Amino acid sequence: MERDKHFILGVFDDEDVLLHAVKDVRSSGVKIHEVYSPYPVHGLDEELGYRRSRLPIAAFLFGLLGTSLALTMQFYMMKFDWPMIIGGKDYAAFPDFIPVTFEMTVLLASFGMVGVFMVSSNLKPWAQPRIFDLRSTDDKHIMAIDIANNSSMEQDKIREVLKSSGATEVNDKSFDE
Amino acid sequence: MQVTSSVREPLVTGGKTYHDVTQDVSRQVEGKPSIAWFLAFLTAAGVLALGFIALAATLWEGIGMWGLNKTIGWAWDITNFVWWVGIGHAGTLISAVLLLFRQKWRTSINRAAEAMTIFAVICAAMFPVIHMGRPWIGAYWALPLPNTFGSLWVNFNSPLLWDVFAISTYFSVSLVFWYIGLIPDFATIRDRATGLRKTIYGALSFGWDGAAKSWMRYESVSLILAGLATPLVLSVHTIVSFDFATSVIPGWHTTIFPPYFVAGAIFSGFAMVLTLMIITRKVFKLEDYITMGHIELMNIVIIITGSIVGIAYITEFFIAWYSGVEAEQYAFINRATGPYWWAYWSMMTCNVISPQLFWIKKIRTSIVATFILSLVVNIGMWFERFVIIVTSLHRDYLPSSWAMFYPTWADVGVYLFTFGLFFTLFFLFAKFFPVINMAEVKSVLKSSSEKVAK
Repeated sequence: MERDKHFILGVFDDEDVLLHAVKDVRSSGVKIHEVYSPYPVHGLDEELGYRRSRLPIAAFLFGLLGTSLALTMQFYMMKFDWPMIIGGKDYAAFPDFIPVTFEMTVLLASFGMVGVFMVSSNLKPWAQPRIFDLRSTDDKHIMAIDIANNSSMEQDKIREVLKSSGATEVNDKSFDE
Repeated sequence: MQVTSSVREPLVTGGKTYHDVTQDVSRQVEGKPSIAWFLAFLTAAGVLALGFIALAATLWEGIGMWGLNKTIGWAWDITNFVWWVGIGHAGTLISAVLLLFRQKWRTSINRAAEAMTIFAVICAAMFPVIHMGRPWIGAYWALPLPNTFGSLWVNFNSPLLWDVFAISTYFSVSLVFWYIGLIPDFATIRDRATGLRKTIYGALSFGWDGAAKSWMRYESVSLILAGLATPLVLSVHTIVSFDFATSVIPGWHTTIFPPYFVAGAIFSGFAMVLTLMIITRKVFKLEDYITMGHIELMNIVIIITGSIVGIAYITEFFIAWYSGVEAEQYAFINRATGPYWWAYWSMMTCNVISPQLFWIKKIRTSIVATFILSLVVNIGMWFERFVIIVTSLHRDYLPSSWAMFYPTWADVGVYLFTFGLFFTLFFLFAKFFPVINMAEVKSVLKSSSEKVAK
């Protein structure tokens, strides 16, 4: 059966070996498709050259939206739409609006950020992820190298680089696209 | 590079490898439930069914089923509400505040503690909803919904409304925080499973693949959620305390309430976490993950928050005298020596004296003593809320309106209902969800297991 996506996988046991291996593999000119780990490995994103996540900015903007929505809602309802004197206070009793404003800021910031995270990482109940190796959610780190992206290099050379950088196994995996 | 300290106790004992962690935690999700689990689950479901009779009677007849009278308009319902919300504070505190403080020991207890938080908040929210009397139209009273009764909005000056926003935000943010943490672990179970289980856990795992990019975003999301949840968790009980502090009732109208309620919430929350963890680690044989070290650290949190609560009680008493306000002075003397003296002294014994026993190392490292004291603390915290609410209300400004509160079977039954609900949900969680955050435990394993560190 002809398959159109071919990968070489390096299997790593240890996170420190993995971090060094990422550096070695990249410096030898091999482009890494992605590394799959069972738990977050600190410093891996920097070694892979990923830009810092912009999710905090999304959270801030959604939070700002929450603040302004909450204040607009409360001022509109309490001061303009149906003003009532409550406890001898001003119609627009600003200090009283702070708790609801705070809660709505937190609510929108959290949900907005998580929503962006779900979309950007393609997380949804019906998603069918590409599983390179079932052990990547158990105890192995899997470094996937896309052959199509490394056409200038011999495949055996890539395998050599993976082996010498500490991979305990080097496997092949193909997917139908 | 990983630095292993010879002085620090390992976070996970038993020299576990990464695969052992997966194995130990996934085992009870995959295996057939044990007899002990069935018995526990059926007991909880039985209590739930029994309590439902009281709930149904209350909904059918109205809250006249309860022992409330015109003087004491709030009693067990609000006591139970505040008590459950307080218990619901430990989970987010453990996962958010301890994350910000880089306390790595939280990794083995945060999952179950967050689950407990969510279930406790569900139980808490039952009470204000039932107390509405006609909850099916309650949304108009609780939420700013446009309606045909006139364009009359909810009152944003009222702490009761702030509570609606605080509790619902707290519930939804905690739920999201908890679920984000569950996604990688569901993926682990998915990759071990076949057939129907693979489909179910595959859907629950949202297609998680453990890519470095996803982990980077995951960590970023966890950190920001922790940063947002920390002020949130403090705000929730602060706002709950405003329900009382903004009312002009002797014994309620004090500025000490917010910090005092928050400390009490953490106090009772940790006690409930201990109660559940001690059972869970035993039933699921997770003693290597939830170690004596964890129990001791939680006991230390209990000493600290228990002492804060104790100082708050004394301060309250002192300020009542020092204020020179007669009604306030009377309210406090009446608490300690009036008809509800037994409630006051139960609270004092359970909350102020008993946690001080944890200063003795033998007691705070004993499973049996910790388990008993964790129950004592929660009994004490229930009495604290009862004392604050009922003893302040029962002596009205007019002596002709003085009254006592006697709970009816419906009061007791609705309280039982929430217990049934809480434990039913917790047992379902413990069986079908990974009770320990596998991914996060694996990330701290290197500094605590010599087999992995090599």
